[in-house]
Amino acid sequence: MSFLLILEQTLNGLQFGVMLFLIAAGLTLVLGIMNLVNLAHGSLYMVGAFVCAWVSVETDSFLLGLAAALPATALVASVVELLVVRRLYSRDHLDQVLATFGLILFFNEATKMIWGARPLRLDPPDFLSGTVELLPGAPYPAFRLAVILVGLAVALGLFLLVTRTRLGMLIRAGASNREMVSALGVDIDRLYTVVFALGAALTALAGAMAGPIYSVEIGMGESVLIPVFVVIVIGGIGSIRGAFVAALLVGLTFVWGRAFLPGLFGLVLEPSTASTLGSAISAMAIYILMAAVLIWRPRGLFPPHG
Amino acid sequence: MADGLGRRLGGHADGLLLGLAFLAWPAVAAGFGLEWTLDLAARILIYALAASALNLVLGYAGLVSFGHAAFFGAGAYVVAILAYHDFLLGPIVLFGLEIPGTGNAWIAFPLAVLVAGLLALAIGALCLRTSGLYFIMITLAFAQMIYYLFISLPDYGGEDGLSLFARSELRPLDLGDDLAFYYLCLGLLALVLAGKAAVVRSRFGWALMGIRDNERRMTALGLPPYRYKLAAFALSGAVTGLAGALIANLTEFVSPAFLSWPLSGELLIIVILGGMGRLYGPLLGATAFLLLEFWLKEWTEHWQLALGPILVLIVLYARGGLGGLVDLLRRGREGSGHG
Repeated sequence: MSFLLILEQTLNGLQFGVMLFLIAAGLTLVLGIMNLVNLAHGSLYMVGAFVCAWVSVETDSFLLGLAAALPATALVASVVELLVVRRLYSRDHLDQVLATFGLILFFNEATKMIWGARPLRLDPPDFLSGTVELLPGAPYPAFRLAVILVGLAVALGLFLLVTRTRLGMLIRAGASNREMVSALGVDIDRLYTVVFALGAALTALAGAMAGPIYSVEIGMGESVLIPVFVVIVIGGIGSIRGAFVAALLVGLTFVWGRAFLPGLFGLVLEPSTASTLGSAISAMAIYILMAAVLIWRPRGLFPPHG
Repeated sequence: MADGLGRRLGGHADGLLLGLAFLAWPAVAAGFGLEWTLDLAARILIYALAASALNLVLGYAGLVSFGHAAFFGAGAYVVAILAYHDFLLGPIVLFGLEIPGTGNAWIAFPLAVLVAGLLALAIGALCLRTSGLYFIMITLAFAQMIYYLFISLPDYGGEDGLSLFARSELRPLDLGDDLAFYYLCLGLLALVLAGKAAVVRSRFGWALMGIRDNERRMTALGLPPYRYKLAAFALSGAVTGLAGALIANLTEFVSPAFLSWPLSGELLIIVILGGMGRLYGPLLGATAFLLLEFWLKEWTEHWQLALGPILVLIVLYARGGLGGLVDLLRRGREGSGHG
């Protein structure tokens, strides 16, 4: 196992991690502030990817696709918030789970009707389609590197937004005491819509950037939603900082496990057993990580106050 | 008090009526040349069985488990794997021990129940350390873990699943006969419902409902909530495993879809649709949900486009489920009778 391979897989893990963070950030805000479980968050990720892929093909420009995906997804999210999600804030979690499960069925089928059942193709922009030589003899896809950088920049921006701006102050205040904030004259309904749309835009960014790396297909939202839940549980519900740390942990565990576990087992076991066992354990690695964190800290690494 | 008693008897009457309908259905179907509906009816019974098991933790213990597919799929895979080893692979080698596979339901079904129950015990032991939102997401996550585990096992079909070569043998019954299999499902469902009625009325059941309604008070009364909830969760998982063993026999095919999270969601919907915490609710819910799904599929290829919004509307506007609707109708009738 060479150093370069470890470096490459570590970067892949970071890239997956920052994507998980972009998706988890919106979801954990909605969970922490509105106390709402939104299973359909993955559907918004899918909408972002499909809009980006579609506009990219039509205009022959990934950046235009990206520019269209964010506001389009935020718009879809606002409509969903106004029509359905708003009625769910005061309901119990079971109702929220079932209603947003219904939304997933709707979104998957609607996407299939609009864009067809076949996966869409999404190419990275030309200037990022090559590789970058990080170290001599270690080329790395430029697009993945860009995803890492964009993800880190957005994480920093989100941190500043929440801690330094008026909107961020309202978000934090709304999370700790909804009645008080609304008694002070803040339009809490509008605040919730804005937060929901903001989360959707972040997840659409993740979806659009995921397009060239993975595939743009129906159900992509659900396969990523579960690792995102793992991230939120590990990080602590409602904590942006927790989501960031946990997302990187989960991303690295996932990628490292898949890349190295079969090989590591191969050192002590016979090849066929090692590859079966290695792939089985690596499939479970992030859940084992979650179980370990929960035994240690049942409310996650950075439990919110109160 | 009298009203409560009347309603309880009334609830049983509805359940018995529905049970009788299922008892008589094969004869009715044969009379009208509708034998093909037996498959759908058996599927309804199996889903009702699994949803009844879920209802024990959801309705009576207030635990929103979003991972019951894991136990359903585990039961199905136990039956399929044992049969597969019996037919093709030879004995299962585990830690140097050779365990022969089997197609015998007298061995495979209890083993399915046992494995699903132990799995629920292990998952429950971890998940019950948390509550509320965390519990929902963690049960979901562990069920996905089992799902990905089976996808990554090429020996057992991976993503493609595993075919059974025949239904299990349950001498003296011949499960290859669709009618016998249907009545086995109905009998097992009746048994589970009777067992559940007994559990709910027992000290254990009252303790569970007490914990659901006020955990702190029950702790103060000296009951350990964790152990009660864990016992209920394991029991629920075990019974869900039985439903899984049956579904493997019905379809003669198991795939990771039996472990996937939409199935967990469907089971929750069935419980809600029938009315949570009602003994016969899951049978009512399963009948309504699977028939709705069936008709929507007949009507359009894009049936999920309709099903999704229907679910949203049910959650938003019909919280008590169909069981609540039945109550409402009866109260209306009684009201008009008295007035």
